Amino acid sequence: MMGEPLSDYKAPVQVHFSPYEFNGGTILAIAGEDYALIATDTRLSQGFSIHSRESPKTYPLSEKTVLGCCGFHGDVLTLTKVLGARLQIFEKDHNKPMPTPSVAAMLSTILYYRRFFPYYTHNLVVGLDEEGKGCVYSFDPVGSYEREFYRAKGSASAMLQPLLDNQLGGKNQQGVERQAMPLKQCVAMVKDVFTSAAERDIYTGDSIIISVVTKEGTKSEQFPLRKD
Amino acid sequence: MSILAYNGAAIMAMKGKNCVAIAADRRFGIQAQTVSMDFDKVFEMGPNLYIGLPGLATDVQTVHSRLKFRLNMYELRENRRIKPKTFMSMVSNLLYERRFGPYFVEPVIAGLDPKTGEPYIASMDLIGCPMETNDFVVSGTCSEQMYGMCESLWEPDLEPDDLFETISQALMNAFDRDAVSGWGAVVYIIEKDKVTKKMLKTRQD
Repeated sequence: MMGEPLSDYKAPVQVHFSPYEFNGGTILAIAGEDYALIATDTRLSQGFSIHSRESPKTYPLSEKTVLGCCGFHGDVLTLTKVLGARLQIFEKDHNKPMPTPSVAAMLSTILYYRRFFPYYTHNLVVGLDEEGKGCVYSFDPVGSYEREFYRAKGSASAMLQPLLDNQLGGKNQQGVERQAMPLKQCVAMVKDVFTSAAERDIYTGDSIIISVVTKEGTKSEQFPLRKD
Repeated sequence: MSILAYNGAAIMAMKGKNCVAIAADRRFGIQAQTVSMDFDKVFEMGPNLYIGLPGLATDVQTVHSRLKFRLNMYELRENRRIKPKTFMSMVSNLLYERRFGPYFVEPVIAGLDPKTGEPYIASMDLIGCPMETNDFVVSGTCSEQMYGMCESLWEPDLEPDDLFETISQALMNAFDRDAVSGWGAVVYIIEKDKVTKKMLKTRQD
């Protein structure tokens, strides 16, 4: 009798390679008249576990420029390393730090060079422009970018963005002139919205670092969030 | 794309001081194409009891009519108004009867107890697992946005006027960041002896 048909047949071994991971994190940036503000939470997670409660996602690039970067932490580390190196080269060549709008333009090209194997990162560049005005540049993972007044990125962005539309953009409010918010009020609101996000998003929590860029330089403060 | 997001919807309910509010968008679309902007998703189930049905539009209407039938039978048999919590069980039971071939709706219930006037809100998944809360409930295609807004804007013991402002702002700013919901909204403010229905004009894109 015949044995099992094709009993010696084995399906070819397929090796899977999944090069990406999602490590959570939320970033939020606001451009003021003479300042720029960027806030991130400090939680680094993977699935249901927390790797670190002290891992801010802001990276100072120069006196007047800060990068906010979250998504896949491996890519975050690589991207910040590449960007840091490029900025150092620029400074040696030109004897001055790169202006914020130029950092944004360069980051766009760095991201687009990986168009078909992207860095899995959500990026915000904040700082002061050539006129000393606060600026925020937001990026998608492949380098499309835009200058904006405010933007939330990362895991809780969908919770933060509509509130910013309302409070900063004056959306759905009649007879309200959109105007820049004073820094103090801005910081208070940022704390509020992050507290709200930490309530519902498991990838946002532990604490936030708020960095404010002014012409005097960058100042940071920490604010606690829920840790569960 | 999930069948729950085929037509698009955004509904939320909030508790206030001796009052509740329920609000919904008005869009009916087929994926990205908007078909009409006067579609009802919130239904009156009694003088102080409302249900919002976000999800697949055909099931919204089927579930509404089958619920109305069961509710009529209940009130004829008992000869009294239903309590919101009992109504919630009725909805839950209806949905769980279709456990393995569900109606694609995730209801939101808001009402006042017919005797005591106690505020009540609840939401449910598509197979009838209920969730009762003391603050707010949201359901629909932009639930993340709605959670973000409600979590920031809501506070306890809001008076009817403030509750209206809060729920309207929460809903409008949430669905403006969702492509498949919006196009106008309706808000019901439910008080013991008065229900106020207000239509909101919103951006049309």
